[in-house]
Amino acid sequence: MADHILSWMTFFPVIGAVVIAFIPKGNKEIVKTVAAAAAAVPLILAVRLFIDFDRNLDGFQFIEHFEWIKTFNIEYHMGVDGLSVPMVLLTAFLSFLCIIASWKIEKATKGYFALFLLLEAGMMGVFCALDFFLFYVFWEVMLLPMYFLIGIWGGPRKEYAAIKFFLYTLAGSVLMLLAMIALYLFTTDPATGQTGTFNMLHMFDQANHTGILTLDNVRFALWMGLFIGFAIKVPIFPFHTWLPDAHVEAPTAVSVILAGVLLKMGTYGILRISYPMLPDQAKAFMIPMAILGAINILYGAFCALAQTDMKKLVAYSSVSHMGYVLLGMSAMTEAGINGAVFQMFNHGTITAMMFLCVGVIYDRAHHREINGFGGLGLQMPLYTTVTSFALFAAIGLPGLSGFVSEAMVFMGAFPVHQTITIISAIGIIIGAAYVLWMLQRVFLGTRNEKYDDIQDINSREMFTLVPIGLVVLFLGIYPMPVLNLMKVSLNSLIAVINVAG
Amino acid sequence: MSEHAILWTALSVLLLPMLSYVIIFFFGKMLPRKGDWVGVTLLGATLVQAVRIFVHFWQMGDSQLRYEGGFRWLDLGQFTADAGILVDGMTSVMLVVVALVSFLVHLFSVGYMHGDRRYERFFAFLGFFTFSMMGIVLANGLLFLYVFWELVGLASYLLIGFFFHKPSAADANKKAFLTNRVGDFGFFIGIMIFFTAYGTFNYMELFAQMQLAPLTGALLTWAGVGLFMGCIGKSAQAPLHIWLPDAMEGPTPVSALIHAATMVAAGVYMVARLLPLFDPNALLVIAYIGAITAILGATIALVKTDIKKSLAFSTISQLGYMVMAMGVGASAAGMFHLTTHAFFKALLFLGAGSVIHAVHTQEMPLMGGLRKKMPITFVTFFIATLAISGVPFFSGFYSKDAILAGALAFGMQGKTMIPFILAIAAAGITAFYMFRMLFMTFMGKPRDEERYSHAHESPWTMSVPLLILAVLAIVSAGWKGPADSWFSKFVTSYDLPAIAAEYGHQEHHIVESDHHVAVDDHAVAHVDEHADSHAEAAHGDSHGHGHGDAHDDIHHKAHNMAMAMSIAIAGLGIFLSWLAYMKKAFSTEAIRTKLNPLYKVLQNKYYFDEFYAATVYKFVLGFAWLNAAFDRIVIDGIVDGSATVTKIGGWITGSIFDRYVVDGMVNGVGNLIQGAAQGMRRVQTGQVQTYLLYVCTSIVILVFVFRAL
Repeated sequence: MADHILSWMTFFPVIGAVVIAFIPKGNKEIVKTVAAAAAAVPLILAVRLFIDFDRNLDGFQFIEHFEWIKTFNIEYHMGVDGLSVPMVLLTAFLSFLCIIASWKIEKATKGYFALFLLLEAGMMGVFCALDFFLFYVFWEVMLLPMYFLIGIWGGPRKEYAAIKFFLYTLAGSVLMLLAMIALYLFTTDPATGQTGTFNMLHMFDQANHTGILTLDNVRFALWMGLFIGFAIKVPIFPFHTWLPDAHVEAPTAVSVILAGVLLKMGTYGILRISYPMLPDQAKAFMIPMAILGAINILYGAFCALAQTDMKKLVAYSSVSHMGYVLLGMSAMTEAGINGAVFQMFNHGTITAMMFLCVGVIYDRAHHREINGFGGLGLQMPLYTTVTSFALFAAIGLPGLSGFVSEAMVFMGAFPVHQTITIISAIGIIIGAAYVLWMLQRVFLGTRNEKYDDIQDINSREMFTLVPIGLVVLFLGIYPMPVLNLMKVSLNSLIAVINVAG
Repeated sequence: MSEHAILWTALSVLLLPMLSYVIIFFFGKMLPRKGDWVGVTLLGATLVQAVRIFVHFWQMGDSQLRYEGGFRWLDLGQFTADAGILVDGMTSVMLVVVALVSFLVHLFSVGYMHGDRRYERFFAFLGFFTFSMMGIVLANGLLFLYVFWELVGLASYLLIGFFFHKPSAADANKKAFLTNRVGDFGFFIGIMIFFTAYGTFNYMELFAQMQLAPLTGALLTWAGVGLFMGCIGKSAQAPLHIWLPDAMEGPTPVSALIHAATMVAAGVYMVARLLPLFDPNALLVIAYIGAITAILGATIALVKTDIKKSLAFSTISQLGYMVMAMGVGASAAGMFHLTTHAFFKALLFLGAGSVIHAVHTQEMPLMGGLRKKMPITFVTFFIATLAISGVPFFSGFYSKDAILAGALAFGMQGKTMIPFILAIAAAGITAFYMFRMLFMTFMGKPRDEERYSHAHESPWTMSVPLLILAVLAIVSAGWKGPADSWFSKFVTSYDLPAIAAEYGHQEHHIVESDHHVAVDDHAVAHVDEHADSHAEAAHGDSHGHGHGDAHDDIHHKAHNMAMAMSIAIAGLGIFLSWLAYMKKAFSTEAIRTKLNPLYKVLQNKYYFDEFYAATVYKFVLGFAWLNAAFDRIVIDGIVDGSATVTKIGGWITGSIFDRYVVDGMVNGVGNLIQGAAQGMRRVQTGQVQTYLLYVCTSIVILVFVFRAL
């Protein structure tokens, strides 16, 4: 397995899904065990990757490169660098925990776990692919299981949410597709001297761009196409309204993946594809992107403040927190970009905790109305402690990982966008407001006697939350293990953009 | 002790309380007595370690002595941040103050919190608080100052809300945290400005860089005001003081430790620590805010009948003095007052706690005559009252006097007299309301026989801390002002040229973007002048030796005048209080009716809360609602079918454009896509193929389209 570690990580879940398909109906325990095992393997390999990854090397590692569809010069090309490794780790980690968190799924268990594993494969593939076509295939592959997971196992308005998610993402995909094909047609493969290659590494090299790819207007159009395509996934205002709906309807574990991993694909796409392929456009787009980041931060936070459904509140908080990523990215400084990618990782873990926590109470009370509770702190003390931990992590409490990345983003963005950064910093006040207000209404104050007999969080739920909590705490105290992974690659990305600008 | 030993000892002062937190938080329930002895013991050890450092500085007696150590915490190449600790004279005093009060409060809580169902949590949180507070004291850079700054905020949140089932407590802790966040917003911006300009968080390196390449005018002022906003929040200065009275919802030992003696003083400590970073304009802002806060707190304390609330406003007022001291160039006096205040105010709160424990009410009109039932509490409370009122031979007199002298000298140097006038008025009011409190609580006849009959003196774990603090309330100033007392050895006066020489050579890259932050490279000529004005500010007050005879003269004169005036006004306050509440020479009731409008304003705390409720809260919540509505109606409207929009469209006037133009467009697009992928309405596995087919077809088509281009 060590040779083709990325392929194993990507396709082992597929094997698991196939095995599950052949398990006779009614063997729910076996299905779950197989699913857990199939997700455990990528997690173990991810640990291996974490250990073996050479932190000092600029460029891609663990490369696998084969011909795939020769006619169109499409290759099976996988590899990771400092940008993708944290995302791969996050995906493997959260997918495994989500399988455990889904243990209570009773409806069509087989289908659920098989789709979940396919989803994991799609996500892994996106983060590892170095061939644009392959990237696109994984991108679309991941979309389908998500659609069904929301559409079948979702809440009352699941069909609406699923369709909305699907159409939105589809629109984004189409734009990305157009840009991809243009890049494909007008990028030269230096080996053959012919145009027409999906190899991202060739696309990164500006010397390979020919024809319309050298025209400013076309490059701008391509940038916008890719940007909107990715923006929908992030989601960036005003393309974000699929997110609250999808979250509200999705089952807990799906929400975790959605917010924890899927959203990162948008910003990952911008950093992996848009930035190095069109660095001049990236540089020119700095200020609009910073403004969009500030809008996300504040708009998301204010919207969250007005919510009465816990999941919706957490969903809008994701909009807000992804704004920090954008702000950091837009600065194109060391602290800014490293902070942005670190924030992607941290938002993944922290928001996962929040959704898992909301899931715990939803499983018991069967509703998520913030005003329907009160004084849970007395009724569920352990749950209150764990949830408070997650919520304080979300508002950037120092000592927890979110603070480090937010501080890095601000420190990185301030020298470049002074005013925008100061305005964005209002988000740290509003962020605290919506979180503490929810905390107060749910856990503090007079207790709601209806929930006097409610059960506190159980050990299976703790098993999913504690590992994430430990990661959040550890990286808050000492962030370097993750920053070391990314900094060499990201610093060279900054250099690429600054040369182009 | 060697430098090594000092740093390790300081580290243990930081980590022992953390250990207490971890042990009690995770294992408290399993331990005998729920682990309260773990907390008391570890805090005792913390105190011993702190005293060892203090003794070292006492022996060395060198105000320039400084130990620093740390490690690279974050390293991205050019962007770096260190974590480290800085120990100097000022640190060592703060360590002892925090450790001592914390230890005594732990001890006191053994009795006070007895029988509480979250008894172990209480001790765990106290440990966590002490850890965070020690972090603020020891941090050697802005980043970790901010880290611990936020952590004490969390500790404060947890402890204010300790009785979280009470709605008022749940309101109060949220209010405290959010109000502080407003201050921290400015604090963080201040940090960003300094970091962007100099590429370092380290205090000494910043001071050195400031000497070599000072920031220019307005930016420096704003950076300073930004940092000071952190102090406004944490030290409950106007206009962000509103959280502190509400914070009295926390258990009384918490009020003593966090909301009187230590955490609220962190803002003052921060300003003193970072003094060279504030320019004269920022210092003027600080002086005014402090003076306004001093009078504001004192006047409200005058009318409050809840003993803890009244003490809370007294704390606000005293913090105003300390902050003002920083602004008028009497920073040593401010730190001196911080020290003495920590003892006598902790004593007042613990005394109040002892009383509340005995009579189960916080309302002073229901008390009275308690001196007979609670002699120890009475005597110690009396001592603290004398100290805070500024009666000679008690610690508070010397420290407050030094501040008043500083403020007077500030005015006499041709700056503004207003801080002094406000402060001296507040001093008289302080004496009045403190004796009012003493008389109403302990003297006269019991007003509620029922409560009085149940009252009793508290157990030794509660009275011993009172006695220790009472001794300190008398002796902690050493019967001298800060310049002549023991305290002078611990006054950190930064020798800026020396710091510049020592730390200035270190390289700092970061931020070559000169058009963003104006670092004045041409200001070399200004350096000396700059260094001078800061050195003066840092040396401060009556202690400003070697600044020429005229200077000394003013300080000398100011000192004598201020002392005479402060004794006189304190005496007047006490006398009037005695007339009103003991002699009943005039009726306070009558005055209240006569000055009813004023009384109402004071009773309503100058309507700050009402003002914020009508403006800030309303605006924020309204804006949030508006955003959410915009999201639901406008943006989702663009996506959704017209049916939904029509239903809620009536809500918002002027949505005509939205309904007809935008939606019309969107519905068109929506119908198109839905038509193309009609099967997808139903969630069926069969659609996967349709979709893949669609994707493949489009790719093929697009390839041909592009080829044709």
